Formats: sequence, structure tokens, C-alpha cells
Amino acid sequence: MTGLAKFSGVVDVVARLAVLAGVFLAFTVVVGPSFASPGNIEGICMQSAVYVMAGLGMTMIMIAGGIDLAAGSTIALSMVVTSMILKHDGGQNPALWTPLAVLGGMAAGMLVGMVQGLLITSLRIVPFIITLGGLVSIRGLTKQIADNQEISPPANWLYQNLMFPVQGRTLNWQLFPIGVWATLVAAVGAGLFLRYTRLGRRIYAVGSNESTARLCGVPVERTKILVYAIGGAFAGLAGILEFSKLNLGQPTGAQMYELYIIAACVIGGTSLRGGVGTIFGTVVGALLIGILNIGAQQAGWPKQVQEIVIGLIIIAAVALNQLRGQEKRS
Amino acid sequence: MTDPVTSSDVLLSMRGVHKRFGSTHALRGVDLDVRAGEILALIGENGAGKSTLMKVLSGAHAPDEGRMTLAGEPYAPRGPLEARNRGVGMIYQELSIAPDLTVMENVLLGVEPGRGPFVSWRQMYDLARAVLTEVGHASLDPARRAGTLSVAELQLVEIARSLSLGARVLVFDEPTSSLTRRDIDNLFALLGKLRAQGLGIVYISHFLEEVRAVTDRFIVLRDGASVGAGITKDVSDADIIRMMVGRQVDDLYPRTPHTPGPTVLRVDRLAGRSKPVGASLDLRRGEVLGVAGLVGAGRTELLRTIFGLDPVKRGTVTVASHVGAASPARRWRQGVGMVSEDRKAEGLALGLSIADNITLSKQSRFVLPSRQNRECEPWVKKMSIKCRSPRQVVGDLSGGNQQKVALARLLRHGVDVLLLDEPTRGVDIGAKAQIYQLIDQLAVAGRAILMVSSYLPELLGICDRIAVMSRGELGVARPVGEWNQHDLMAEAIRQTSGEVSQ
Repeated sequence: MTGLAKFSGVVDVVARLAVLAGVFLAFTVVVGPSFASPGNIEGICMQSAVYVMAGLGMTMIMIAGGIDLAAGSTIALSMVVTSMILKHDGGQNPALWTPLAVLGGMAAGMLVGMVQGLLITSLRIVPFIITLGGLVSIRGLTKQIADNQEISPPANWLYQNLMFPVQGRTLNWQLFPIGVWATLVAAVGAGLFLRYTRLGRRIYAVGSNESTARLCGVPVERTKILVYAIGGAFAGLAGILEFSKLNLGQPTGAQMYELYIIAACVIGGTSLRGGVGTIFGTVVGALLIGILNIGAQQAGWPKQVQEIVIGLIIIAAVALNQLRGQEKRS
Repeated sequence: MTDPVTSSDVLLSMRGVHKRFGSTHALRGVDLDVRAGEILALIGENGAGKSTLMKVLSGAHAPDEGRMTLAGEPYAPRGPLEARNRGVGMIYQELSIAPDLTVMENVLLGVEPGRGPFVSWRQMYDLARAVLTEVGHASLDPARRAGTLSVAELQLVEIARSLSLGARVLVFDEPTSSLTRRDIDNLFALLGKLRAQGLGIVYISHFLEEVRAVTDRFIVLRDGASVGAGITKDVSDADIIRMMVGRQVDDLYPRTPHTPGPTVLRVDRLAGRSKPVGASLDLRRGEVLGVAGLVGAGRTELLRTIFGLDPVKRGTVTVASHVGAASPARRWRQGVGMVSEDRKAEGLALGLSIADNITLSKQSRFVLPSRQNRECEPWVKKMSIKCRSPRQVVGDLSGGNQQKVALARLLRHGVDVLLLDEPTRGVDIGAKAQIYQLIDQLAVAGRAILMVSSYLPELLGICDRIAVMSRGELGVARPVGEWNQHDLMAEAIRQTSGEVSQ
């Protein structure tokens, strides 16, 4: 049985990678060989990195049986907080203020995540509603903090390194900017966390059967609050990546990102009902969305056609997952 | 207690335990002793207080009076967790499993081995394997996903979970209700082994054969009190049944002579998804046909299948001259109405008004509140539903009045066939009497009533004929005069012939 289970796990991984490769090849055919150039692949990875980073937290939240509709607003909040800290320094003392800016963006995300978790557990209102409220009011809070202005700090380390393309005419062996590598490290860490820590396993237990978890002494409420705090922190980190792309803190940035992030998780096999999901799946899902975004653009499809196609592909991917799941169950 | 029990070998003891919920006195003096190395049967009708007793033992409810000790020390768990940690494990009918986790995680949930924040999969695997071997299922792979296991295997996982915490007392609630014969034999073998290891086991069951097969002593619970106890092999089935039933049918029940007319509902060898497995009956106008049996025997499923709520697998249902596919909408049009046993989740829309609930089954295209009110007022009056107006929200009413609203829906619709599932559950005695009277009047007026109830006196009191359902099979409907509580109970707890092995 284990052998079979492991085998089906391998099939799962291979199948997901095959779909990813298939979509990539399809766009290469449509767009031309430039689509597979190092610079373009780098661009896709940079686009996906933001979804992956926030998707790590979203995956955990969804495994615990929740959802975070406020992820996009949280990303914007973190962008603004990060840029304000950097602007405050004005480039005088980067060795101190760059880490502080990163910490600030992450802490802001963590804080709003924790507040949402506290509201969900104390008011006993479904996460959908609480985070729908969060989606709106965190966006408002962000605009308030930024005084409705885009914040542009002077040139800084984050802008120059984190998400600055490294590929030129010849292949650069760093392959990706630091931000993409950092995202990869975070993903591996999150995967290990879910698999090998008590808290990680309890996140699955809470999402799979909350009353059983409670019966067995798992502190369900605390686990949920922690999950939302962690999720917020990852959205905060995603905000720092997003900020670094343009060196801008846009209070209206990252609109609708929550939908792409949730789509990445769901395409990757995370269940909206909780208890099921993997970091690997989310990474693949985010890459797929990155390829679709950039591929559709470069194929010259009008914006509205891009939207139609991406929406349909999200539905198809989830339907496919579900079909495979049913096969496995029988 | 009839036999002297020396305090030294008693593991778990309850003395004079009482529990009240508002005006209901759920437990009124329970005495119970479980010794190390014995299996104690806890027997009682539905509603005798067994589940309340379990909740007190598991710490979900605190007793109002009485004393409990565990191995000589006071035992007053403040919750399921403390009960588990003290060594009292519960194996409920509804198994408590996280389906997406592996077997080992389910066994060790809440007490995962490891260092610091990390779990050790290796240790978890070894611990789970050891305790699974202990429950006689060494071949079960600890790395398997729990959702893929059979019910019997899930039960073993639960037992293993309790044992891994060092349980000294295990309480099983109807553990065989969804097991196959072979799984039951395996479970009994395991129970014997655990007894030999010195555990104290409480075995709750309706089935006297099972009680005879595995238990050493028994206690009988009736109306929340322990009314009898003894050595299992020294007592006859008849004596146990007498202790279980032992009450009088009083004259709550009106008895106007009914004159049965033509058959309006014919059920022929009906089988549903899992239950019923085979049910045939004829229901005539002007009669009340009762279905007795235990919870889980398939009575509710029988009504639901007839009404088209559950799929028909085999067999036919004929309503008057209609045969063919069933759906609730179609049944309503054919003049069949049903009252669900689950008033809150299914029977009524608690957030809607009385008028909305009564008219839900048949509404004109445009719903005018004034017309709705006019239409409902006669029924509110006739059923003496206590309310401020037909616009009052149903959730605010008492259980009895809610049930009257559910019945009023059928009357206002003008149905000929009434399928009633536990029509007096959770209803006070006054409303009960009104409901009995109503059923009687309906039969006199030529309506046909098919009624499921777990409360034997009411079936004997108002039905013309009664059939007993057991493990999905419906017995022959016989005139009420040929039944008594003892026979009904005996029929309900008999093992169906097909289930007996060897």
C-alpha cells in the first residue's frame, strides 16, 4: 500500500510538472523562441515569485480550513510600509534601515493577519466574511497611511538587488535575482515546516476535522490565529518583493492579487474544505499563472481575451484535480 | 448494586449521579461500577439516558449530584481532554477521525512525539505500529491516509489512540452498529484481550446477543436511573427486557374506532442506498401504521426513500395509482407529506415565519403576506399554536409549537398520506396529547398515517398496526392487539437471521 501511495505521489508530481511544461511549450510555439529565452524565463519567475511568497501563507490558511481574501490588500500595505521606512531614512544609513524596512513590511502583514485570526476565532464568523472585510478595510488603512500618494524612496538596496533582472544578452549564472532565490528558500522552509513540525501537522488536523483536533487536545483557536499571522507575514514578504520591482509603494497596488494567489493554491491541489494541500502544488500553480499572464501578453492577445482564457484555465485545472481525486478515492 | 464490590478492584465507580437540563431530569440516580478485567454491559432503551451518562463520564457534562471515582481517587473531568488524560477513553458510534491525516497522526494526535517544535516521523511510525500491533492489526500501515480505511479499521485507530494514552477504562457506544459480522468477531476477540490485560470496559448495546457474547456483568438504565444489575450469564432475555421497558401505557391515547379503506401507499421490497434492505408494506386510508425499531435500524431511511429524499435502489413505491420515479416535489403533488425527525436542520426553516413554513410546500406564484396570513390563521387556531402572529419566526417557538407548525404544513397542503418521523420527539406532554388526538382525528377522516417512533407506549397507544424494523429489514405489520412492549423490544433487538454467522 505504501509503495502504491508513494507511486501515486510521484505520478502527481510528474503530472503537475508535465502540465506546466506543456503550457510553457504551447506559448513558446505561439510566441516564438524568444519566450524561452533566459530573460523571459526570469521575468516569468519574478512575476510568479510574488504569488508564490503570498501563496505559502495562503496554502497554510487553506489547509487549516480558512481563506484570506485580504492577501492583496496586505501586500499593498507592506509595500507602503516598506517604502515609507526607506523614504524616512532617505538613503543615509542603509545598513540599518534596509533590514528595518523588510522587518516593517513583514510585521505589518503579520499584524493584520493576526488581527483577522483573532476576529475569526473570537467572533466565530466564517473566515470568508472576516477577510472580505479585511480586503476592504486594510486597503483603506493602506491609503490612509500613504495619504493617498505613491511613495517613492530614493534608490536603495532592495530595488537594486531583490527583483532587478540579472539576465542580459549573455546568460548570467546567478540565473535569478535574489528575491526569486529567497522565495525558493522560503518555499522549501514552508514545506518542511508543514511536514516536520508539530504546528505544521496540527494545521492539517484542524482543517481535516476540527472537532477531532479539539478532542485530542490541539489548541484549535491558537493554531488558527497563528496560521493567519504566518499567512499575513508571507503576504508582507510578497509586498516587499512587489515593492522592489518598481521601487514604489503603491497604496492601490496588488489589486486582485488575492484571486491569483488563491487560484495558484487551488490549481496546486489545495482543498477549499481544508486538510489537503502542498507547498509544491502551490509553487507549480503560481508558475502556471505567471506563464499565463506573461504568455498571453506576449502572444498579443487583447487584455479582455487574456482574462477570459486565464479564468477558464483556472476552472479547468481545478476540475482536473477533482477528477483525479475521485479516481484515487474509488 | 446486587453483588458486593470490594473497593480494591473497582476501577471506575459512579454513585447516585444526577443530571438535569432545565426541566428535564436526564439522569436520576445512576450507580455503576467497572472493575479491572471485566466487561460491563450498559443496556437501555433509546432515551434511557445512556448518552447523557457517556457525556458525564467523558467530562462533556458535569453531574449535578453524585460522586465518581477512578481507581479510588475522585474523578471529575472538566472536559474530554482531561478524561482522556486520566485514562478514560470513549469510542463513539460517530468515529472521531481526521480523514486527511495518516493513521499514525490520528493515533498520536495531540501527543505527537518529537523534539522541540519538530515531530519525529520515525518515532511516530514506531509508536503507532506498536500500539496497532497491540490491538491486533499489525498489518495496518501507519503511513496510510485515514480516509481510505474501513469503518472497522477506523475503530481500531480510535482504540489505539486511547491505548497510546494509557487508557484504563474504555467505553464503547454501540460499537458494532456499522460493522460486518467478521469485523464484529474480531472486535470481540480484541475486547477479550483488553479485558485480560486488566482494562475495565463499558459496552453499550441494544443487542442482547452481543451482550451475552462479550460481557461479564450488566446494568440496565431506564428513565435515567439504574434499575437492575447482575451477572450476564445468570439472567434471561425476558428479565432484561422487562427491566428495560417496565412502564405502563396510560390513557394519553385516544382510541376512536378507525375503519380502514382502500390501500393508498404500497411499498414493495424497497431497498435504499444502505437501508432499508427490504421493506414491504400496505398502508390503507383511515389507519395508523407504526414502525418500531432501534435508532439506526433504517426507519428514517425507509420514510425518506418512500418520500423520494433518498434514492431507491430496488423495489417500488406506489401512491394511489402512481408508480415510477420519486422526488419530494412529486410526492407533495401526489398528496404525500412528510414530517422530518430533525426539526431544526430539515423539518423547518427556523429563520422564517410560521406562515412561510406552513405554505412552503404549495405557494401561489405571487406571495402576498396578507393572503399568506389569512391562509394560515385557521391552522394556527386549529393546532393551537401559541404565537403572537403567523409572521413570528419559527425559531422562537417551543419544541411542541414548532412540531405543530411542521404538522400544519401537511394539513394545509391537504395531503392524504402522512409520513411522520418521531412526531413527538422533544415535545412536552401537553403538546404530545394534542398530536395524538390530531393523528386520531386524521385517521377517522380517512387519511393514512405511517409513523416512526422510538417510544413504544405511543406506538401501542395510537397505531392500528405495527411493524418492527431491525437492521434494515421491515417485519410483518400486525394488529396492535397482537403486540406488547416486550415483544416489540424483543423483535427490535433480534439479530437478523442473515447476520448470524456459522
